[in-house]
Amino acid sequence: MNDIIIKSITRLIIPFIQLYGVYIILHGHVSPGGGFAGGAMIGTSLVLYTLVFGIDKSKQKFSHRVSEYAESGGILLYVSLGLIGIVITGSFLTNIEAGFPIGNPGSVLSGGMIPLLMVGIGIKVASTFITLFHTLIEEEVV
Amino acid sequence: MVLLNVIIIVFLILCAIAVEKTKDLLSAVVILSAYTLMMSVLWLILHTPDVALTEAAIGAGVTCILFIAVIMRTERYER
Repeated sequence: MNDIIIKSITRLIIPFIQLYGVYIILHGHVSPGGGFAGGAMIGTSLVLYTLVFGIDKSKQKFSHRVSEYAESGGILLYVSLGLIGIVITGSFLTNIEAGFPIGNPGSVLSGGMIPLLMVGIGIKVASTFITLFHTLIEEEVV
Repeated sequence: MVLLNVIIIVFLILCAIAVEKTKDLLSAVVILSAYTLMMSVLWLILHTPDVALTEAAIGAGVTCILFIAVIMRTERYER
């Protein structure tokens, strides 16, 4: 799409979409939303970038290699946080008893490791959506 | 409040019938997106903002975009 209006509006609106996604992810334990919904918002903003500026420019910003590292990193963060619980108390994803700080209930820095889990899920979901869309767009028609 | 519920549910039924009747697949995707957005409002009335947020992000955003990507690779009109 070579429309100047669409390109300007997209350039203007993408940071706000991503900021709202990060807000939803980081407040996942005290308000509605969480890793999946926030990650879907960030992934949708990247899909919007691909739709407006084309697949080649989007490949420069978010290539297949970056997406591989993001997906594997997100799920590795989740699993390693769960393994900390196994090492200390013997069961997977142990939260407060494994020594994570509980904080003040209702504030952002509370809930032990739940915000870190939400960050891992958010990274994985966002990179999964953009990989799915890139694969659908660039695959050759048989 | 009951009137709003009735209006939303009638709109949902009309959207579901229209998706089945239309032959233009791109129009069907747009109608499905409107259906999902109204469904998200209904979830909000039923006091589940978590489900409403996920429904608006997934149903109206990602599903619509993936369907449009598939239509770009295939045909627009149903045979």
